This record gives sequence, structure tokens and C-alpha cells, in this order.
Amino acid sequence: MAIIIARNLTKKFKELTAVDNISLEIEEGECFGLLGPNGAGKTSIIRMITAVSPVTHGDIWVMGKDLKRYPREVKAILGVIPQMDNLDEDLTVIQNLLTFARYFAIHKDVAYRRSLEILHLMKLEGKRDSRIEELSGGMKRRLLIGRGLINAPKIIILDEPSIGLDPQARHMVWQKLRELKAQGVTQLLCTQNMEEAARICDRVAIIHQGRIVDIDTPQGLVAKYMGSQIWEIDLVSVERDSIISELESRRLEFEEFSGIIHVFSTDNKLIEGLPGTARAATLEDVFFKLTGRSLVE
Amino acid sequence: MRPFSWRFLRIWQRNRDVFFRLWHSEGVGAIIEPILILLAFGMGMGAFINLEGGQRYIEFIAPGIIAAYAMFAASFECTYACYFRMEQQYTYDAILATPLNVEDVTAGEIFWGATRSFMTGCIILAIAAAFQLVPSPWALLIPLVVALSGVMFSSIALFYTSLAPSIYTFNFFFTLFITPMFLLSGVFFPLTGFPKIVQTLSWIAPLTPVAKLTRGLFQGEFHPEMLLSLGIIIFWSVVFFCITLVTMRRRLTK
Repeated sequence: MAIIIARNLTKKFKELTAVDNISLEIEEGECFGLLGPNGAGKTSIIRMITAVSPVTHGDIWVMGKDLKRYPREVKAILGVIPQMDNLDEDLTVIQNLLTFARYFAIHKDVAYRRSLEILHLMKLEGKRDSRIEELSGGMKRRLLIGRGLINAPKIIILDEPSIGLDPQARHMVWQKLRELKAQGVTQLLCTQNMEEAARICDRVAIIHQGRIVDIDTPQGLVAKYMGSQIWEIDLVSVERDSIISELESRRLEFEEFSGIIHVFSTDNKLIEGLPGTARAATLEDVFFKLTGRSLVE
Repeated sequence: MRPFSWRFLRIWQRNRDVFFRLWHSEGVGAIIEPILILLAFGMGMGAFINLEGGQRYIEFIAPGIIAAYAMFAASFECTYACYFRMEQQYTYDAILATPLNVEDVTAGEIFWGATRSFMTGCIILAIAAAFQLVPSPWALLIPLVVALSGVMFSSIALFYTSLAPSIYTFNFFFTLFITPMFLLSGVFFPLTGFPKIVQTLSWIAPLTPVAKLTRGLFQGEFHPEMLLSLGIIIFWSVVFFCITLVTMRRRLTK
């Protein structure tokens, strides 16, 4: 059953169309990723689904509730974990959780019990009465995730959950997200981190210029657009023009960028004898193929 | 304009918790200054001033100081403090992802600003009473007037904040609006010394009716101008409260 349904969703800011008539359905219990470059419209989609940004056109239903008519009710069942740290710096760690619980009208005793559970889950027990500025970046992110769980949400929505974290902290965040998924919590996240998308998302939508280019499992996308492997030829060690004419004569599909040629072929016979090495195709290759290599400013 | 709900109380509670956590830095300064002004001007300068009817100068300025510092409390709270929460700490972004909406946040901030006015007014009044400066029991109504004025001043300040492009623009608010009011709304001297036109114009400044009302209650002397003053305070409160609900929604939803 689809837990979030978006139909013909459009978001316009004056002249700019940030989200252009997209539709998607997110199934209960899955982890769904929105993957796209800067300015693709990921955050605008998330802001509309979390009822903080008005929808220009289209409809959203969350757990069967029409978001336009019941924004408060929808917000009450969502756990939102923002990209930017907006913890309440005027309050201590536990006060952040308790104050947030009060915004959700959670009873004081329940809020206190749940706050202690969250501190335990996020390994922040020792920081209970610390001020926010005393926390490291990884701790702040864990507290942000914990804060998003205070209302025991059925759905959590995350904007770049692991951005700016060191590898240890990043893996801990991913582990927590996997644990939550095992408990049946649906997750919608937007990310630019291919590893993150490939590791934790069941399905991924590639977003480009406000539109959905494709939706599939990470493996499905790789298989569909890239095949199993990529042959890489580094132009430092070979002569460019001769290798290109060789590739053309073999009628191979290839792409050149930043001094490297990528050859897309699963047929080993065609590749035989070429200089270079094979590597497994990744979601990142799909991402570049579908959204281009040019920088987005 | 959309209505606010009872949930505004959550914002009020949040600010109360922060205030009582930081009261030593937030509260003390806000109390010491009016007391210093009251004593320095009231006793120091007052020794050289003869008022009509033999009234002591400190008794004259005490209700004015209550009105003026109630204004300052609400104005600082709903300018710098709110702007900081909105643009620096992103507190409102976090709150708007919960069942609260923009109107709840706006109303919560305004009523908290009014609470700060109320607290400031009560403390200065209590100190004036301790110095036996309060001639009339009607002065017990002053906290109510001050709370209502707090709604007015908070609404005006938050309205300005909702339009402020940067934190520096509050300099204009204070030097061109708050400070002139502090000096020219009858806090330190009666306006009767000014030409008629200035006296009439001073009614536009929202502090003038507040000072008139607190002074009347302080002395226990009633006159029809006080009813007019109350009407003006209610009028500005309603007008700016409603406008601010709209401008804050514009500012916070994109």
C-alpha cells in the first residue's frame, strides 16, 4: 500500500519551476531515495510533502490524508530530519527533545520516557544535560535524527542525512536508518551521496531539472543503464586519437571526460585487446549518464 | 489571514523555559536599568524640580518608567531575539515541521513579548511600592495595562521583524521609533510645554496613551483621556497583531 502519494506535483517560485509535474508513490516500509544534483528540486519536493512549503499545483496524500486539508494531522505523523542543523541552541540536549515533544502535544511523562529511550538509541546518554554547542557534528546529527523520532513517526523524511559527517559517524547514521526500517518505519530521503543511496535505499528516483528521469531499485538502474561493468582507459598512458578511432571502428559506446574514457559494453570479445581495466558499474555512473556531467551552479 | 490555535502556548512555554534557564543574563540587566533611571532622575534630578501641586518628581516619572520599560522589554524580545531565532538559529524552521503553524509561532512570540512587559512592569511597580512611591491602590491595575501594551508593542516589533532584511535594520527601529517615543511621550515631563500641534501628534506614538494610563492609575486620578488611551492601545494591538499574522506567514512560507 502506498503511504505517500504525490500526483502532478509542481512548485514554482516566480519564474523558476523547481518541481515540474512529478508523480510518485512511496510504499509502506520502504526506504525511498530522491537522487539528483543541486537545484534538481529534491528539497522542494520534501518541503511540500512535509507541509512547510505550499504546493503550486497537484496533490499529496500521506497515509490517506489530503495534505492540503489536514497539514497539522500530516505533520503530526511525520518525523522530519533537516539537512541544516536547527537544534534549539538555547536549550540543553534533553530539553530539545522534551520541548519538541510538547510541540507534538505528547504527555510529559511519555515525552520524558521517550526522550531517555532516544538518547540511549542515539548513544547520547552522556550528553543529556549538555548544551548544543558542546556537541560534535556527528552528535548533533544523531540528536537531529533522535528529535525526528520523538513523535514515534510512521514515516521519517530526511534531507541529506549524512552530509558533512566523517565516515564513522556516517556509518552509524546508516546503521540507525537500517534499524528503523527493520522496525517498519517508512523512509523518504534525498541525497547526493551515491553510496548512501545504493546502501540504504530500496528504490531511487533520479531527479533532474524538476522532473523524475527514472525510478527503480539501485541495482535495477545500474543494470538498465550501465550493464555490469565499465571499461576504463586512462588517457595518460595511451595516445588519444588512435584509441578513439579504434573504439569507433569496433562500434563501441564510450564517453570521455576528465582524461578518462569509459567504454560501456558487457561483451568481452569487443573489449579484448584494449588497454585499460574493468570495474563494476555503480549508481554514480547512472547518475552522470542521466543528469550530465556539467557543474550545476 | 489565518487564525492561530491554542498551540501558540508551546512557543510561549519554550521561551519561558529558555528565560528561566538564562534569567541571570537576560533578566537582571533589564531590571537594573529602569531602577537606575528611576533613582538617578527621580531622586538626583528630581531634587531640582518643582512640580505643580507639590508632587515629587520621582512619583511623576515612576509610572512613565514602568510604561517605557514595558515597551523596551517587548520590543527587544520581538526584534533582536525573534530575528535571531528566525534567521540565525532556524528555530522556526524546526518548529514548523511539527503540528504548529506560522500563526501559532507568531501569536506565541507576541504573547511571550507581552509577558516580558508584564514581568518588567510588575517588578518596577513593586520596587516603587517598596520605596513608598505609590500613592493609590488603583496602581494594582497597572500590570494589566502593561500586559495589554505589551501585546501592542510586541505586535509592532514583530511586524517590523517580519519585514527586516537584516539584523542591522533594527537600528532604524530603535533610533527612529523607540528612542524618540521614550523621550517625547510624556515619560519624563508633561507634554503641556510643547506647542499644541506637537501634543496632538504625540498621540500617534503608541507610548503616549500607555504613559497616560499608567500615570492616571498610579495617582488614582481618572480623566476621560484615559478611556481614549485604552481605546488607542486596543486599536493598535488588534491592527498590528492581525497584520503581523499575515506578514510572518509571507516571510516564513516559501
